[in-house]
Amino acid sequence: MKLIYKAPETFTKKPTTYCPGCTHGVAHRIVSELLEEMDLVKKAVIVWPVGCAVFGYDFIDTDATVAAHGRACAMATGIKRAHPETFVITYQGDGDLASIGMAETVHAAARGELISTVFINNGNFGMTGGQMAPTTLIGQVTTTSPYGRKPELNGFPIHVPEMLATLDGPAYLARAALDSPQHIIQAKNFIKKAFKAQLLGLGYSLVELVSTCPTNWKMTPVEAMERVRKEVLPVFPIGEFKVVKGVE
Amino acid sequence: MEVFMGERILMKGAEAVAEAAIRAGAQIFFGYPITPQNESPEYFSRRMPEVGRKYVQAESEVAAINMVYGTACTGTRVITTSSSPGISLMQEGFSYIGNSNVPCVVVNVMRGGPGLGNIAPAQGDYFQATKGGGHGDYHSIVLAPHTVQEECDLMYDAFELAEKYRIMVVVISDGLLGQMMEPVEFKEWVDVSKFKTPDWALVGKGDRPRNLISSFDLGPEGLEKMNLALQEKYRKIEENEVRYELYKMEDAEYALTGFGTVARIMKTTVKMLREKGIKAGLIRPITVWPFPYKVYEEFADKVKFFFDVEMNEGQMLEDVKLGVNGKKPVLYYGRLGGIVPTAEEIYKQFRLHVGGC
Repeated sequence: MKLIYKAPETFTKKPTTYCPGCTHGVAHRIVSELLEEMDLVKKAVIVWPVGCAVFGYDFIDTDATVAAHGRACAMATGIKRAHPETFVITYQGDGDLASIGMAETVHAAARGELISTVFINNGNFGMTGGQMAPTTLIGQVTTTSPYGRKPELNGFPIHVPEMLATLDGPAYLARAALDSPQHIIQAKNFIKKAFKAQLLGLGYSLVELVSTCPTNWKMTPVEAMERVRKEVLPVFPIGEFKVVKGVE
Repeated sequence: MEVFMGERILMKGAEAVAEAAIRAGAQIFFGYPITPQNESPEYFSRRMPEVGRKYVQAESEVAAINMVYGTACTGTRVITTSSSPGISLMQEGFSYIGNSNVPCVVVNVMRGGPGLGNIAPAQGDYFQATKGGGHGDYHSIVLAPHTVQEECDLMYDAFELAEKYRIMVVVISDGLLGQMMEPVEFKEWVDVSKFKTPDWALVGKGDRPRNLISSFDLGPEGLEKMNLALQEKYRKIEENEVRYELYKMEDAEYALTGFGTVARIMKTTVKMLREKGIKAGLIRPITVWPFPYKVYEEFADKVKFFFDVEMNEGQMLEDVKLGVNGKKPVLYYGRLGGIVPTAEEIYKQFRLHVGGC
């Protein structure tokens, strides 16, 4: 029998701390596969966030640290500037990146820091129990928007890659989804380009991954995937928002 | 700038400290503008590229300290400078750095507080610097120079202590030390070509097992272990790194005490008192954490009282009292809001307690 598909070694055998139907595991696997395929494992440093992925270092076997909530891009800047030969990734959720860490994210992007961000958008603060995030959809019920997110009260969802695309510093900005095999293949493709942008020294790169949070959405894994397709993707469309020459 | 060994040159404190840090091997500076220390980042921005080092202006002090944290995780000599409100913003990072056991150096050019306060020299950040400031049980080594020359010399020690103990070292200066011009003589350049990447650094795992630097353990037992390890390190530092200066204390009947700029002014007060035949001396802590409690305990048997002067509401006073431990009175005089007391003013205040003038 011929082995045609196997788990990347960098993705440890440790059982993940993620809920059934959560797409963090898929995102971890994509990152692990790409690190191996692009021969980056030995020089990778991953800055993990505060949020559900806070234990990420247990699952992807590279040099790693855990930033304070929202500060991953600042910490990554410190690592990359000191050791430009390293390959630096920040892995962040929507509360971490788009709420408390927005300043660090925007300015790392504006400076064109040679780091790559994997940005998980699951529409809420997962680890703290499903509170409203900057990415929560209008009308979406969370533990801190119990009557649904109202624009007059809570404003509107933030579209991170579109917003960062107005800057000159980023080299690659995209949004992908993890709800189907086709989308997962596409997501891997996008993240590969983001990694390439860093390797070629072209600038900052970020890929937002539209993800699920079945536990806090109070849905089955299948329902959560369906919600991504029906409700989330129309608001957060898949696409590449900035691709500088050399990345493609 | 061409500066040769052994040459005394006139420099502004905030610039001299930057030059000293560079000579002491600072590889990267991260910072954000704030008065009264803007001359430091400006100097770094000009000088670092000249000597093949790096300078990055951060978007905030919050970002600056986290950039410092990132670089510290790679075992690279890194420094930031700021002033009181900026240092307040950095406290989150201080706490993370504390529990991550990574080395770095921070200079706080203290100004008037609280709140926006003002930009005049003050010492109101003593509690913040020595008792924590951020959350949790952590300490940084805190050095309190009293002249520009001492501050320059201490930059070398700051980096060495930071690396020896894998800890943050805070140099508390003030607006006066930052803004005044003084002749300084720089020590020899540290040979950065001899620097080695420590084995714990995050630089990619290569062929070794991966390194993890984290201030995190969800299990209470694990976190208690981390805390106990920190405490063990702090006890070692308390045992080995306490520094202070005794000025005319050999036959002193009265011990004046203060740190930083005030201590320097108090040396003049001591001279004035001695001229009047009053046997006064000065105890000047150089490390305010670890604090030299023992020296106060020793002199409690020898002097009639202690006279503590600070540019705050009596923050070091609490540590002085802990050292004296009730054996002798500890009197206090302080100015607030960025006012620097004169030697004559301190003299008069002292004489209120011993009579005459």
